[in-house]
Amino acid sequence: MKKGTLKQILLITDGCSNKGEDPAATAALAREQGITVNVIGILEDDHSEEPDGLMEVENIALSGGGVSQLVYQQALSQTVQMVTKQAMTQTLQGFVNLELQQILGSDQTMEDLAPDKRGEIMEVVEDMGETCDLEVLVLVDTSASMHDKLPTVKEALIDLSISLNARIGRNRFCMLQFPGKRRDAEKILDWSPKFDAVSNSFPKLMSGGVTPTGPAIREAMHQFGRKSLLRSFGRNDGQDLEQA
Amino acid sequence: MMGKTWSKPEQWLRPGLKIVGKWHQNEYVLKRKLGQGAIGTVYLCEMNGQLVALKMSEKNTSMTMEVNVLKSLEKARDHCLGPSLLDVDDWQPPHGPVLSFYVMEYIQGEPLRTFLQRNGTDWLGVFMLQLLDDLDKLHEAGWVCGDLKLENLLVTNTPPRIRWIDVGGTTKIGRAIKEYTEFYDRGYWGMGSRKAEPSYDLFAFAMVCIGLFYASTFERGKQQPEVLIRRRLHRVQTLRPFEACIMKAITGKYRSAKQMHQDISHVLQQMKAKKRDSSSSDAFLMEGAGMLLLAGGYYLLSLFIP
Ligand SMILES: Nc1ncnc2c1ncn2[C@@H]1O[C@H](COP(=O)(O)OP(=O)(O)OP(=O)(O)O)[C@@H](O)[C@H]1O
Repeated sequence: MKKGTLKQILLITDGCSNKGEDPAATAALAREQGITVNVIGILEDDHSEEPDGLMEVENIALSGGGVSQLVYQQALSQTVQMVTKQAMTQTLQGFVNLELQQILGSDQTMEDLAPDKRGEIMEVVEDMGETCDLEVLVLVDTSASMHDKLPTVKEALIDLSISLNARIGRNRFCMLQFPGKRRDAEKILDWSPKFDAVSNSFPKLMSGGVTPTGPAIREAMHQFGRKSLLRSFGRNDGQDLEQA
Repeated sequence: MMGKTWSKPEQWLRPGLKIVGKWHQNEYVLKRKLGQGAIGTVYLCEMNGQLVALKMSEKNTSMTMEVNVLKSLEKARDHCLGPSLLDVDDWQPPHGPVLSFYVMEYIQGEPLRTFLQRNGTDWLGVFMLQLLDDLDKLHEAGWVCGDLKLENLLVTNTPPRIRWIDVGGTTKIGRAIKEYTEFYDRGYWGMGSRKAEPSYDLFAFAMVCIGLFYASTFERGKQQPEVLIRRRLHRVQTLRPFEACIMKAITGKYRSAKQMHQDISHVLQQMKAKKRDSSSSDAFLMEGAGMLLLAGGYYLLSLFIP
């Protein structure tokens, strides 16, 4: 069975970036290096329509090759998991699609196959999703407006690790907050197999109105380390899929 | 990308519409919408005079995963869990992208709660045994139900039989549970992992039993979860005889649905025995009253007829 490592950045924010480079461009860069960028935008409870600031959410995920979702606080746990799993499937499927194209010709995709064949392929994708290793870097917006949302974010992340740790494949989590005390983004939790560890050191809020989303994504990319950046499991190559 | 609904195709999906499959050319006439889930919409359709349930969605990945589960369940078909699978195909609506659909047995039933309200809680024991039996067969076949919850349980008629309609959460044993609902999820309550194993379903089963007696589900709080659940359970008079069994399921003491089945049927036998005793004593009372009445009648008679 094939085994590889999927790399994801999970950005959790409630607003618009206002400092530094365009986050969508940085996300595109991450994607080139085999890191998927997923974004969850938290809505205020009294917002009936989608605020403009959160338009950015979809754009970042689009260029980051990931999944985005706007959500109210109450549904955060479920959404964090859905987004992470969907992004995994999406990436794996993208990879399988590439292989398919090599076998079937350049313009063939899953949809062109009869339902039976599709089923067999999805089974492979599911197997990979269950067994592959996963690295998730969580990037939490800790600007002032996130104040009352952080406890829910914490719960959702612990819940995410419960779900992912039920998989056969291994997981590693890392967490950065932005803005940081001195820098645009600061590490709160170094790579670790569980999220429970974060309980004690959960981010403190930063006052002030800066939301340096772009620079934060760049910082997040670097956390995946040089080696993995070069030999990435991305949309262009599947080198990292080793026979195990 | 998930936020986008497929509201556009929806406007084509009206009663009377003919849906012809792209690959197998089967023809379905749409009758009405049955319900909508996270992945797609389920319609009641007719095919050669037979009523079927047809699920349609643009999310072909998720649909394919559900179909895979239904197919595996077909292979272990001696249980009644889950509808049987009839067809899998694609449909090209007049406009827009191709939609995936699959066709399954239409399960015409009544929600478990309303059935029990109408027919009495005597049926509860019967359904518990039926469901545990089905779960055991499912587990034996290598699968776990995952998203076992009240909303997915229906009672079909003649004879009453409990059925389960949503296969979206069905997971191979040993893997991570695919889909769950917090109230029924032991991970949420901090009482176990989200690994697919029989005890995961039995926890959910226990929560189904408790949830039946609460108008809305309750949440975890400051109290220790086990204590909180035990209290809620204890408040339900109807569940008193099963309390020990249910707590065993909550705390993960059962290794298989079969074990729990044995315990429950044991309880039910004891209950029957008790009932028989009490009803024979009732009969005894009736007899006594009858004798008195008769004697009184004779007495009165003797007064009038000198
Ligand atoms: N085979 C069936 N027979 C009769 N009714 C069905 C059948 N399958 C689904 N339904 C009805 O359609 C509704 C939607 O079903 P569906 O499985 O799509 O989603 P769900 O169970 O509500 O949620 P989710 O998609 O999140 O798992 C159900 O609630 C049920 O009322």
